[in-house]
Amino acid sequence: MVENRPFVTVFSHLTLIVGIGIVCLPLWIAFVASTHDVSRMFQSPAPFWPGTHLVENYLAVLRSGIGQSANAPVGTMLINSLIMALVIAIGKISISIVSAYAIVYFRFPFRMGFFWIIFVTLMLPVEVRIMPTYEVVAGLGMIDTYAGLTIPLIASATATFLFRQFFLTVPDELAEAARIDGAGPLRFFRDILLPLSKTNIAALFVIQFIYGWNQYLWPLLVSTKESYYTVVMGISRMVNVVDAAPTWNLVMATAVLGLVPPVIVVLVMQRWFVKGLVESEK
Amino acid sequence: MATIDLVQVRKTYANGVDAVKGIDLAVADGELIVLLGPSGCGKSTLLRMVAGLETITGGEVRIDGARVNDKEPAARDIAMVFQNYALYPHMRVYDNMAYGLRNRRMPKAEIDRRVRAAAETLGLAELLDRRPRQLSGGQRQRVAMGRAIVREPKAFLFDEPLSNLDAKLRGQVRVEIKRLQRRLATTSLYVTHDQVEAMTLADRLVVMNQGAAEQIGTPDEVYSRPASLFVAGFIGSPAMNIVEGALEPGGARVRLGGADGPALALDGPRGAAAGRALKVGIRPEHLVASSNGPLALAIELVENLGADALLYGRVPGGAALVARADGGAPHKAGETLRLDVAPRHVHLFDAASGRRLDG
Repeated sequence: MVENRPFVTVFSHLTLIVGIGIVCLPLWIAFVASTHDVSRMFQSPAPFWPGTHLVENYLAVLRSGIGQSANAPVGTMLINSLIMALVIAIGKISISIVSAYAIVYFRFPFRMGFFWIIFVTLMLPVEVRIMPTYEVVAGLGMIDTYAGLTIPLIASATATFLFRQFFLTVPDELAEAARIDGAGPLRFFRDILLPLSKTNIAALFVIQFIYGWNQYLWPLLVSTKESYYTVVMGISRMVNVVDAAPTWNLVMATAVLGLVPPVIVVLVMQRWFVKGLVESEK
Repeated sequence: MATIDLVQVRKTYANGVDAVKGIDLAVADGELIVLLGPSGCGKSTLLRMVAGLETITGGEVRIDGARVNDKEPAARDIAMVFQNYALYPHMRVYDNMAYGLRNRRMPKAEIDRRVRAAAETLGLAELLDRRPRQLSGGQRQRVAMGRAIVREPKAFLFDEPLSNLDAKLRGQVRVEIKRLQRRLATTSLYVTHDQVEAMTLADRLVVMNQGAAEQIGTPDEVYSRPASLFVAGFIGSPAMNIVEGALEPGGARVRLGGADGPALALDGPRGAAAGRALKVGIRPEHLVASSNGPLALAIELVENLGADALLYGRVPGGAALVARADGGAPHKAGETLRLDVAPRHVHLFDAASGRRLDG
């Protein structure tokens, strides 16, 4: 807003502060909970200020898990989640940028047919095709492997579609100039299209990394060994303890840890895609 | 350095549209040929066929005598300057110019020498580290030229390279292109819809209309002896007056408009065209005031352009004419002005075919 009225300024700041408060309060509660011992968790009211058990709680979950049904150390789970999120994000981007390149720049029979097949799969969420997918993955012996965790989630119609739309905005003359300059299809892709897609890749990487990190149902189905558990499913297993109250302080410590990597990715990458939104290179 | 030969070159699209209907053209070494025509006349398609960006559906394109119909653009050894310049946005000016050479695996030192020499010629030496978006329109245009000349190709192909520049810059860059092309003596094809650009740049012009070449000739020939009604109307500003006419008995004079219209002397008898429906073309700048001239123009409207004035009016017999007079001349609407025209400036065309009729 360009208006210069003190009331408007105060009001808009107030709105922002309230909004931020609403978003941040649960995170603060989770963090506070992760710094108390387990007995404090069952007293009312719940604590609002940090306690003294921060280091102890975090070391405990990182090293050894929390016993009961979730024995895997959170450290292992974090690494599993990281591998899964990275493979899914990078895999999705590489496959979809190549398919979009083929669909936009090459003329082959049934080109539009292929495009529509890819496009139609946009309408089917993972959950709908989860049973047949599980059948295939199990048949291929990929249960309890990283391949089983990641490969079925890699194909991405959304990313293919986004890259296609971006490629369509790249002027045809650029491809023609490259042809005259002696750049074959691969070289054009590597030297010109890929650098131009940098900001799109960054934006997609953030989205797909978080998508991969937050996968819950699929890792729950394909991993039966604790060494393949991911953080998101680990947290839910920690809560579902039998014949005992959940150790909320440790659960919250795990949740906070599980929050950190996506936040880092967003912070690091946001510079890139904000840049991509602000300056147009074409 | 090369010749380009087009032999009955055709382009028919899959939907049956004939974009180019058989063009024959022989471009001599070092010659600058301008393809001129209204939008949609096929001039860009023709250029793109020479470049190899468009498939040739009929006829033959030869560069230096060798058929190149099936060669990739890169293998034809041509360089092209695009209307929107098509610079690689993420590369520095230096890399934009060097890219084509690197792809040809030229030694680094030679690339560096050529790029710096081209940058020097085009006044880009200070800008080599900039990216295209940091350059003005004129500078981008020069980078696009630089990308073409570093290659030292057999031919330059220009696809309306000036139409994204403002009017003042256009004039300036036009002169630069002309000078550069003269100095490098590289065979060039230049596409434009701007007749001023075409007239000033061309060694020879190809005036195109609906996929066919209406006339191929020097700017002077095209201006002073237009081969068809289309060329007559397209070249020249303000446009040539074109009015109905009929030959007098004997064929040495032509009468404008109806039976009471004025008769003009021709530069030779056109006996063969007797009785046919004719169109008479006279350029406004060739109508000169003369106290006993045959044309009595009743002025209806005066447009004063400063340097000169356009007089719109009618002559007896009903033919509407535009004449160009000096800007300072005191002509007013309502007056009658007597005009004359030299016989060699009276052009006759067959009304049915649109072709020029010569004596």
